Amino acid sequence: MTAREQILTGIRTALGRTGSASSLPAPLVAPLLRDPQLGRNLYIQVFAQNLEKLSGKVFVVPDGGAVPGALRELLRGKNAVASNAPFLKSCGVIGFEQVRSGFADREALRDSCASADIGITSADYALAETGTLVMLASPAEARLISLLPPVHVAVIPQSRILANLDELLATIPKPAEQTSSMVLITGPSRTADIEQILIRGVHGPGELYAVVVESL
Amino acid sequence: MPDVPTEQFAQTLADPRLQLAIYSATQRLIDHRAAAVAVDRLPDYQALRTRANEIKRHTIEHLDYYLEQLESNVIAHGGKVIFCRTGDEVADFVLGLAKERNARLIVKSKSMTTEEIHFNDHLERHQLETVETDLGEYILQLAHQRPYHIVAPALHMTRYDVADLFTRTLGVDKEEVPENQTKIARATLREKFLHADIGVTGANFLIADSGAVVVVENEGNARLSSSAPKIHIAVAGIEKLIPRAQDLAVFLNLLGRSATGQPLTSYTSFLSGPRRTGEIDGPDEFYLVLLDNGRTKLLSDPEKRQSLYCIRCGACLNHCPVYRKIGGHNYPWVYSGPIGAIITPQFHGVAEDSWLPFASSLCGACAEVCPVKIEIPKLLLKLRSEVTEAQRIQGSGALERLTFWLFAWVMTHPRVYRMLASLGAKWAPVPPKVGPLKKWASTRELPRLAPKSFHQLWGERRGWP
Amino acid sequence: MPRASLFVTCVVDQLFPQVGLAAAEVLQRVGYEVDFPQAQTCCGQPAFNSGYPEEARKVAQHFLGVFRDSEYIVVPSGSCTSMIAHHFMDVFPEGSNERDEARRLGARVWEFSRFLLEVAGVEDVGARLERAVTYHDSCHALRELRVKDGPRRLLAKVRGLELREMDAAEQCCGFGGTFSVKFPDVSAAMAGTKIESIRKTGAETVVSVDSSCLMQLEGVIRRAGLPIRTMHLAEVLASR
Repeated sequence: MTAREQILTGIRTALGRTGSASSLPAPLVAPLLRDPQLGRNLYIQVFAQNLEKLSGKVFVVPDGGAVPGALRELLRGKNAVASNAPFLKSCGVIGFEQVRSGFADREALRDSCASADIGITSADYALAETGTLVMLASPAEARLISLLPPVHVAVIPQSRILANLDELLATIPKPAEQTSSMVLITGPSRTADIEQILIRGVHGPGELYAVVVESL
Repeated sequence: MPDVPTEQFAQTLADPRLQLAIYSATQRLIDHRAAAVAVDRLPDYQALRTRANEIKRHTIEHLDYYLEQLESNVIAHGGKVIFCRTGDEVADFVLGLAKERNARLIVKSKSMTTEEIHFNDHLERHQLETVETDLGEYILQLAHQRPYHIVAPALHMTRYDVADLFTRTLGVDKEEVPENQTKIARATLREKFLHADIGVTGANFLIADSGAVVVVENEGNARLSSSAPKIHIAVAGIEKLIPRAQDLAVFLNLLGRSATGQPLTSYTSFLSGPRRTGEIDGPDEFYLVLLDNGRTKLLSDPEKRQSLYCIRCGACLNHCPVYRKIGGHNYPWVYSGPIGAIITPQFHGVAEDSWLPFASSLCGACAEVCPVKIEIPKLLLKLRSEVTEAQRIQGSGALERLTFWLFAWVMTHPRVYRMLASLGAKWAPVPPKVGPLKKWASTRELPRLAPKSFHQLWGERRGWP
Repeated sequence: MPRASLFVTCVVDQLFPQVGLAAAEVLQRVGYEVDFPQAQTCCGQPAFNSGYPEEARKVAQHFLGVFRDSEYIVVPSGSCTSMIAHHFMDVFPEGSNERDEARRLGARVWEFSRFLLEVAGVEDVGARLERAVTYHDSCHALRELRVKDGPRRLLAKVRGLELREMDAAEQCCGFGGTFSVKFPDVSAAMAGTKIESIRKTGAETVVSVDSSCLMQLEGVIRRAGLPIRTMHLAEVLASR
């Protein structure tokens, strides 16, 4: 008997069953997804408040054209890697000289990210109640851009902000159908492992910025 | 009691620095959790607990069904599933794969399951460098120590301990500032992430309908371990299953808050298989290692199988007045605190460390905060009766058995009870300081039997004979 | 006149009979005739908690007989009330008559403070005690019987009494029955934390609904030579 067979048989015996279980005798009650209590008009404000509580910084700009202005100071004297998200291009982020983008090769991307000061991405969704950015890996969004550089900047349209995790899961019931990796980023990397002292930027970025475009 | 590690307990209790570290660290976690589940922040906290318990009950009671569903979905997304009965089988698999792929370096993120099976030791014996990347676990690996707490592994160490450790093992100049110590660890481990051949993570949840693993963390090392190397191996106990991705709404709303008071930790990764076509980075190969290691044994007891609902939040440890005194290293296994007290005897048998189920005042603080409503005190009581039963069969513990037989006899013969009471009050009002009572007496002033019992006083008032 | 049967518990009977007398006094004051079934002994908790459910069953069986005809059974102990109301069922076999009887018994057994508030319907029992006290939430009363606000409401009506909350009010005192005998160092350390919390309030007395908790705290208080007294809620309420 293989390990697999032994384990599954062991489970069935332990549960007092004979034969296999190819279907559920009694289904589980429907998932508990609570309706958002938050008014849509408050999403940007609540998102900003919650991300700032975690030491993230949020810039709210009126339209895509205002994005470069919001990022100019941050990017001055620094080099950055940006993802292939079309939204970044349409907001003029790729136009900066110190921003490299368009990577399709894993090794080249990784090397760039390892030496970049800043990683710039968009995000698929944001969650207002927790100040969370939701990133699905795709040809437009690589995993390491929001992870290797010490600073992460996410530029998002406000229309992508949802109330909370419940609304996210109602919107994407099966993330695995779309991507190999969905990551919920809630604030900078942190630890309290040494004497319970809070320290940011352990392995992931220690600084997190979100630029929210109101008109989109 | 036989085999209680009294010496070690005494050492821990007599160390004021350690007592303060344990107490204040757990108090922080207690306070943060309380704020995060307060009725104004999470009004349906109790409803979520009830639902979490129901989902876990359903899943555990149909574990074979969901394991098969999980397996077929992992495979559909390009991953492989490896079932392992024991820790040795896990190690054999990883060693075999490493050999095939010429792998030399493994990076690992925090996983109690891998602690349980001494994963790192196995691999290091075969010259495969395995580096813990969670800061607390990295520190412990350098110090060759076990975690002190499920969520705060290096709780017992000071910055000075860390400074000495880093100087001794990494050859760096003495650095006592935690921010700088973290920078040292970040730089050292960054190199490992970028050169590792294999990344090993645990999994907080296994999602049956998605063939996915969910990994919850704050540092970013699990993301790096699962995204930088070409191979990602997730090791998880079979009990980590939940049926649907949408069930995460219940579990993620409970896990962070119960563990550290965070509504969501810095990173929650939902990973299903190797990178898809078109994805620029991510692993080329994904393996989900499903571990039994005795879990099917726990499954076979209908009353105690709820122990498998545990989502490893650590809340029970933080609230346990016993854990808060003796700390994590005084428990016999890697799982400490109340959850450790109920699963250790189930995995290892009640004959080993038979004192463990008794090391509780049954205060119930654990059950009150358990997000999945495991009835820990009830299971402790059940285990206690299993210990005494095993002792009866073995022929040990005769004196205690006799004592309680006598106790029952006296308490079912009221006249004898009253007579013994009045004799005791007259001749031996303070319990004799012998045997087990000697130690009891050493720590406190003993109570005295009242000169007249309530029975007598009431009887006198009523003119009873 | 309505009648309440008193189950004093073996700890009160043998070590703190004044608590039983105080409880009876208060019950009478609020209009109940107090009945004391003489054949009572113990609830069996020591055996149950030590892993001897069969011995506990024998004692529980005896209890069922003694209190069969009592409409209200009042108990000045949270842990004994919890044993009777919640755990008697665990010692009788599924489907047995005794188990059904134990289940029905649960509705008739009352922890002392809950009886006063919910059956007698009184908060002010006419007590007077000029003292600063702090209240210890005994574990079984707190978590199994949901006794939290009740005793505080009763204490609030005691003339001259000042109630100061300690920060560790809900933490276990460390008794746990045989736990304190099997793990005396840990038990004493737990009591130590509790006592430190009591000291910080400056209160001269700690009050609880469980004499075993008070006995545990008293033992460590006296060993430390501290001027803190212990009083059962019944004794406070009986004071005039």
